[in-house]
Amino acid sequence: MESFLQQLINGISLGSIYALVALGYTMVYGVLRLINFAHGDVYMVGAYFGYYLSRFVQGRTPGHMIDALVVMILSMAGCALVGVLMERLAYRPVRKASRLTLLIIAIGVSLLIENAGQLIFGADPKFFPQLIPETHIKMGGLMLTNQQVIVLVTALALMILLNLFIYRTRTGKAMRAVSFNLDAAKLMGINTDGIIALTFALGSAMAAAGGILVSINIPGIDPLMGVMTGLKAFVAAVLGGIGNIFGAVLGGLILGLAEVMVAGYGSSTYRDAIAFLILIVILLFKPSGLLGKGQVEKV
Amino acid sequence: MFFPNMKSLRSGIIPVLAMGLTFGLIACNKKASEAEDKEILIGHYGSLTGATATFGQSAQKGIDMAIEAINTSGGVLGKKLRVITEDDQGNPIEAQTAVTKLINKDRVVAVLGEIASSNSLAAAPVAQQNRIPMISPGSTNPKVTAVGDYIFRVCFIDPFQGLVMAKFAANTLKLKNVAVLRDIKSDYSVGLANFFVENFTKMGGTIVTDISYSQGDKDFTAQLTAIKAKNPDGIFVPGYYTEVGLLARQARKLGIKVTLLGGDGWDSSKLWEIGGDALNGCYYSNHYSVDDPSPILQKFVTDYKAKYKGTSDSIPDAMAALGYDAALVLADAMKRANSSRPDSVREALAQTKGFMGVTGNTTLDSNRNAVKPAVVLEVVVDAKGNGKNVFKETVSP
Repeated sequence: MESFLQQLINGISLGSIYALVALGYTMVYGVLRLINFAHGDVYMVGAYFGYYLSRFVQGRTPGHMIDALVVMILSMAGCALVGVLMERLAYRPVRKASRLTLLIIAIGVSLLIENAGQLIFGADPKFFPQLIPETHIKMGGLMLTNQQVIVLVTALALMILLNLFIYRTRTGKAMRAVSFNLDAAKLMGINTDGIIALTFALGSAMAAAGGILVSINIPGIDPLMGVMTGLKAFVAAVLGGIGNIFGAVLGGLILGLAEVMVAGYGSSTYRDAIAFLILIVILLFKPSGLLGKGQVEKV
Repeated sequence: MFFPNMKSLRSGIIPVLAMGLTFGLIACNKKASEAEDKEILIGHYGSLTGATATFGQSAQKGIDMAIEAINTSGGVLGKKLRVITEDDQGNPIEAQTAVTKLINKDRVVAVLGEIASSNSLAAAPVAQQNRIPMISPGSTNPKVTAVGDYIFRVCFIDPFQGLVMAKFAANTLKLKNVAVLRDIKSDYSVGLANFFVENFTKMGGTIVTDISYSQGDKDFTAQLTAIKAKNPDGIFVPGYYTEVGLLARQARKLGIKVTLLGGDGWDSSKLWEIGGDALNGCYYSNHYSVDDPSPILQKFVTDYKAKYKGTSDSIPDAMAALGYDAALVLADAMKRANSSRPDSVREALAQTKGFMGVTGNTTLDSNRNAVKPAVVLEVVVDAKGNGKNVFKETVSP
């Protein structure tokens, strides 16, 4: 039984990371109807920002938690900038073009970031310095580390903050308006370009947070780490209903749990396969996702 | 009129291009055959980058040192040796491409490589087909030399290595129930795991569970939790150092305290950096130990430290020693064959007997494998990642 509970915790940890990255996919799709394939690589860039910042910051502030907080915030800010740049340079010029063009450009940006990463950072895995010293927490037969608790708590906090922002502030309302209908929002006087840039910034910041939280537990980072995670986060977003914030979180958690259960109780060879199996199943039976509403296209 | 029309283009540009190309090719060929008279070209393909980067880098350093020593004492057959290196990034498809390029474009007479068995297996058919001898410094999966008679290796093979660790686990550590965690994407890991299981069960031990991960995985908590539930007194992890280091850390975080055992894929200075003190007190089998008092070995260690002083890795690991030996065995074969022609070199290689290398007495048997003893090393590492291997015992075949 404790092994099952342990696997449950593993699954929720993994799922929260997928949820954070899926939020970025879902928000950008919501406002632009674009699946930003380069999003997984923003997660990777966030982890690398965190790596270099950690090496610089470690020991310079009065506490370990403050070290980690500083690294996280600066990294998130850095990636928000990367996201805005990506939107401005690669997507805005072709916003009027067909969805297919946008998709292909997204794939191009993704490949660019991955290969540039390999050139700039080197293809060898780098090891994230341990910012927070590890302590073990025993709860019954469960073994948790303080790092795992921090990851869970932080991911939850970020998701709640994002939710509050989108549903309780005026800018958030503007974002929701843009996701309903871009042209109508413009007519209402909303600065749509700014809102889109903000969406990218927020999504990228979430991905960066995901990248750093993952690196705290699993200290190996390499330029291609965003590929698999990005794909799975995309599946999570689709699973929950792409365009729906709660859907991204739900999808992420379900996917994380499924993956851990398959790897732990089945055969770990299929751990990646389960994500794509879920994608196929959901697209066959409920393409709008678990929490998504079917959209009727009026011709 | 500014733009020439297509007709004038065709009649003008194309002949010029064709002539240019022809002259260029003739000039290139001339340079190549001139070079052939002065030096012998050898290829080396290895993983200089990626998760198994230290394997290729160490082998490179060992090979470079050997070539330098050979060239300083006059070279082979009056010519100097030159090594052309290709990075395969630890990827079997790249390994195949690298060897194809070395053989067809660079026209090497022999190839050294690779350390990882999956990469050797991918590249060996290319060497065999082109009848270019290939010497693997460190691939231990028996299937590698089975590809053909142009494929050799200077190290022991996994049926032996599996027996060594099984004996160590059963007799020295007195373990009864062991879990196996293998890398399903690596031929080496799968083969070695099978041999360990075969021998350990023959000696009366029990394998409580046998699960897998994939090379490149970062998260092993699911598999480790499943292992913890079966309560083994040891875990056999015949993988490569990057994954082993990561999973050792995660195992300790989950509260798994038992010893981890492994094979020569652990041998890297990065193992200590990645795994930290999670691997303290664990054991693995290897090709050689830095502590071995043999004079040839100690001289090699001293020379290596002097040559690579100041770089990040100045203590030779097994891959460096094996790379060194592989290069020396190749040079020795060329001298005995009195020729650098690939087929004559192959004949001489097949008859290598009693060659005293750094990693021991190297004799190639009828399957072109070396029969050598193995050592078991204990990993001693502190929380900061400063580590070393301590010699535990030697096992002879």
